[in-house]
Amino acid sequence: MDWTLLFEQLLNGLQLGILLFLLAAGLTVVFGVMDLMNLAHGSLYMIGAFVAATVAIATGSFLLAMGAAIVAALIIGIIIEVTLLRSLYGRGHLDQVLATFGLILFFNELVRVVWGPEGLEMPLPAFFDTAVTIFGFSYPVYRLGVIGVGLVTAAFLFLVVSHTRIGMLIRAGASDRTMVGALGVDIKLLFTLVFGLGAALAGLAGVMAAPILSVAIGMGEEILILAFVVIVIGGIGSIQGAFVAAIVIGVIDTLGRSFLDDLFKLFLPANAAETAAPAVASMLIYILMAAVLFFRPQGLFPART
Amino acid sequence: MKVNLKGGFVAALFVALALVPVAAQLLDQPFYMLVAQRIMILAIAALSLNLLMGYGGMISFGHAVYVGLGAYAVGISAFYGVTNGAAQLAIVVGVSALVALVFGANSLRTRGVYFIMITLALAQMLFFLGVSLDVFGGDDGLNIDQRSTLFGLIDLNHRPSFYYLVFFALVTALYLCHRLVNSRFGMVIQGARSNEPRMQAIGFPTLRYRLTAFVIAGVMAGVAGALLANHTDFVSPDMMHWTHSGELIFMVLLGGMGSLAGPVVGAAIYLLLEELLSGWTVHWQLIFGPFLIAVVLFGRGGLLGLMEKGGPMAGRERDDG
Repeated sequence: MDWTLLFEQLLNGLQLGILLFLLAAGLTVVFGVMDLMNLAHGSLYMIGAFVAATVAIATGSFLLAMGAAIVAALIIGIIIEVTLLRSLYGRGHLDQVLATFGLILFFNELVRVVWGPEGLEMPLPAFFDTAVTIFGFSYPVYRLGVIGVGLVTAAFLFLVVSHTRIGMLIRAGASDRTMVGALGVDIKLLFTLVFGLGAALAGLAGVMAAPILSVAIGMGEEILILAFVVIVIGGIGSIQGAFVAAIVIGVIDTLGRSFLDDLFKLFLPANAAETAAPAVASMLIYILMAAVLFFRPQGLFPART
Repeated sequence: MKVNLKGGFVAALFVALALVPVAAQLLDQPFYMLVAQRIMILAIAALSLNLLMGYGGMISFGHAVYVGLGAYAVGISAFYGVTNGAAQLAIVVGVSALVALVFGANSLRTRGVYFIMITLALAQMLFFLGVSLDVFGGDDGLNIDQRSTLFGLIDLNHRPSFYYLVFFALVTALYLCHRLVNSRFGMVIQGARSNEPRMQAIGFPTLRYRLTAFVIAGVMAGVAGALLANHTDFVSPDMMHWTHSGELIFMVLLGGMGSLAGPVVGAAIYLLLEELLSGWTVHWQLIFGPFLIAVVLFGRGGLLGLMEKGGPMAGRERDDG
């Protein structure tokens, strides 16, 4: 066993998990508080990535790109909340899923009109574009940065949710929306704020992912399904659940892709292992999800009992 | 009177579908026949989804998987030289039933939004399986060199023959749905949608009934997939992509969820509109997306529902628990 490779892949898995958490946190809070199922969450992530890449190309400043992406995702998030999603809160989940599916088509096409069908490449500033040596192997600084920013954001989010007034309202909203409204809280404003928070997190995830993954139309849908798996495993509405599940999914998916063929070669002929391993690796997290649901249909950390 | 309007409309649609090959011949536009054939094939898949959504209250967001499985069953058997239609049909039915059984057993334990997401994720799993199978083309898909043979009785390369085979399959599927929905089995399914604890209290093992419905719908969609593979001479993982599952849901919704022939009308509206808009502008989704949103917001009950105001679809309650 190559221990440095294992450690490197663990870090990659952690970094994928962090990205998933940034997306899943927004999804799960919006679901927990507003009971809204938003497929277009991935579109906000995509918009974040495109805006970031554009600003980075134009100005060369990564921080500016990050700020612009978060603000863009926030503004567009608030616009769609006020114009469309607000009228979907009382509707069934089917209506929500379908209307936001329509939004995905719209945003994908909008991005194609604005940026063209090609996609973009996000440049990295020089100080990020290097590698450091840890435990005898070199690892890109940027990926470590992603892990750092993600952990700081997660810690910030936990603090906000557990120690501030707005966090208290979010928790109260998740357990009984009607009661929060009856107690005189401006529920409309709260919902818009919560949705905006989720949108900003999606935008942040978009910036973080842009230099690593490709900035392309449809990038949101691919990762959105993974984020769904995360919140289903974690328990819909639970931020802690989303965090744990995101890291687990990120690590398992990454390790599966890099080590499964070695594992299979222990008991399968080499070419059979090479065919089977990628197939099983791509299904691994879904199998995990099915297994978790079989034993705990409400996920690992159910928000409501 | 209004019910007659609806019935008349559906009858007219079927007469029109039956006459498409004649019209295509007269106008020298074989393309029309291909469009109509695609509509009918996807209508079969949408009919099967309507059994789940409209009657069983099970909103499967992964139904395109069974279409893809049916198509792959045909594609892979042709790849290994098996083109006998009966053998292929047996494989299609076997594979889609088995997968529907496993997926159904896993997902039907959950409710509401969990069910939507789990069917979605399970479908995505098979999508990625298709992508990773390099032997069968992986991402690029698999060309089908030879269409299914039907003992020399019907030649699928002869366009009108294939067309009327699909037409026959659609009419059969519609008839089967009609019989199923009005049978004792169909009543149990609908009862379980409205009030599952009550159905259980009077002694129906509802999970088993709903699982059976899930498998029947999966097999029907698999057969649609087998036809689709012959229609396009090609299979790819893209057929199983979740956006196609979303399309099927919209077809059901556009025609009118829970009305028997609704999905056929819905498939026709969806695909014709897609054809028209995409012929008009490359950026057709800029219009199509908001159109779908408008349908969700204002067009509940679909086209057939509009023709039958005050019918069973009026004032429909939240339907996903």
